[in-house]
Amino acid sequence: MKDLISITDLSVDELESLIKKAMDIIDNPDEYAEKCKRKKLATLFYEPSTRTRLSFEAAMLELGGSILGFSEANSSSASKGESVSDTAKTISCYADIIAMRHPKEGAPMVAAGAASIPVINAGDGGHNHPTQTLTDLLTIYRERGRLSNLKIGFCGDLKFGRTVHSLIEAMCRYEGNSFVLISPDELKIPGYLRAGVLDKNKIPYLETDNWDNMPELDILYMTRVQRERFFNEADYLRLKDVFILTADKLMSAKDELVIMHPLPRVNEIERAVDEDERACYFEQVRNGKYMRMALILMLLGIE
Amino acid sequence: MTIDSIKNGIVLDHITSGKSMEIYRILELSKLDCSVAIIKNAVSRRGGRKDIIKIDSEIDINLDVLGYIDPGITVNIVRDGQICQKRQLELPERVSGVIKCKNPRCITSIEQELSHVFELSDRENGIYRCVYCETKAEHEI
Repeated sequence: MKDLISITDLSVDELESLIKKAMDIIDNPDEYAEKCKRKKLATLFYEPSTRTRLSFEAAMLELGGSILGFSEANSSSASKGESVSDTAKTISCYADIIAMRHPKEGAPMVAAGAASIPVINAGDGGHNHPTQTLTDLLTIYRERGRLSNLKIGFCGDLKFGRTVHSLIEAMCRYEGNSFVLISPDELKIPGYLRAGVLDKNKIPYLETDNWDNMPELDILYMTRVQRERFFNEADYLRLKDVFILTADKLMSAKDELVIMHPLPRVNEIERAVDEDERACYFEQVRNGKYMRMALILMLLGIE
Repeated sequence: MTIDSIKNGIVLDHITSGKSMEIYRILELSKLDCSVAIIKNAVSRRGGRKDIIKIDSEIDINLDVLGYIDPGITVNIVRDGQICQKRQLELPERVSGVIKCKNPRCITSIEQELSHVFELSDRENGIYRCVYCETKAEHEI
């Protein structure tokens, strides 16, 4: 495999080997400190991101490599009208691997078609965000010791939340998983996911607009209602506060529930929940770095 | 009604009744110098009505486009007055430059030189999705 554009580019075996590699990196960080010496990661970020870009950069630095790139479209040739393909071809002459975030869906796929080096999709609009999914899978695996036979609740913006779409697709590949999809009507999962993934594979799921199923959940994945995905500000303001996780709502949840969130958070998880032992979202961030280290090694063909 | 048979050319048979003009437009048959006959509402031996287009020249036809618009069409290649090849169309796996992606968030909305490519995601229901953003195609060209 040369690129990672969608989580479905990875087979279940490859996912397992990435998780194993990440676990080994966690246990033996010194052994990996120079694995990418003299290798360069280009971070091409056409829209702002703190976590993902810094996570990629931290991952490459911890592997002994170096980084170059830009963090907004205005500081790249895109502002002069350069196409994604041309940028990808140019960067291929400077770096060994690309991580690209772009507001337009499919841009990393276009880059991958033009580049001669591996391209990682670091988020394309509301579409895919496979490295967040890798992060989520490692978090679930570390917290629950398995990726199968889990009931996973997703809450918030399930329409534009790309992390939700990718994680649902990924978890559908493991046996015995089911989903509770909690959102207002306007922010339900898109039709292609419902028909093309859940219905097609006969995966059990429930779409609801309340918290009634909290006691059954093994994982609760919260998401932010993203202002940047709305064309209409009034719609955003109407929907942003519909689902807020509070300590009270967690009273009925299992003791071993894992609360996740791709971050950044606005107000959808009350601060008091951070003190709850079941809150794993900051650990999730750390896992993101390890998983990106494992991915960079895999795509560069380094053991 | 009598229409001359063709000696060397193409007959598009079993066109869904009423679709021949759309096909005429999409295949840009108006640009041809040769004779083109459009027969609407002919009685079909398979039952019901059908349209037929006869083209008096063996032109290159994009069968993927044709299969996407109307997969029930039979393409007959005629040489020396005889049907020498018969092709039953089906929905193509991939169509390029035929369907426009209407998702304003798709990369094709800002990069004009990119070809709009769609892949068949559900053969049973004839659903195509953009390869870049996975948006479902609206069946209009």
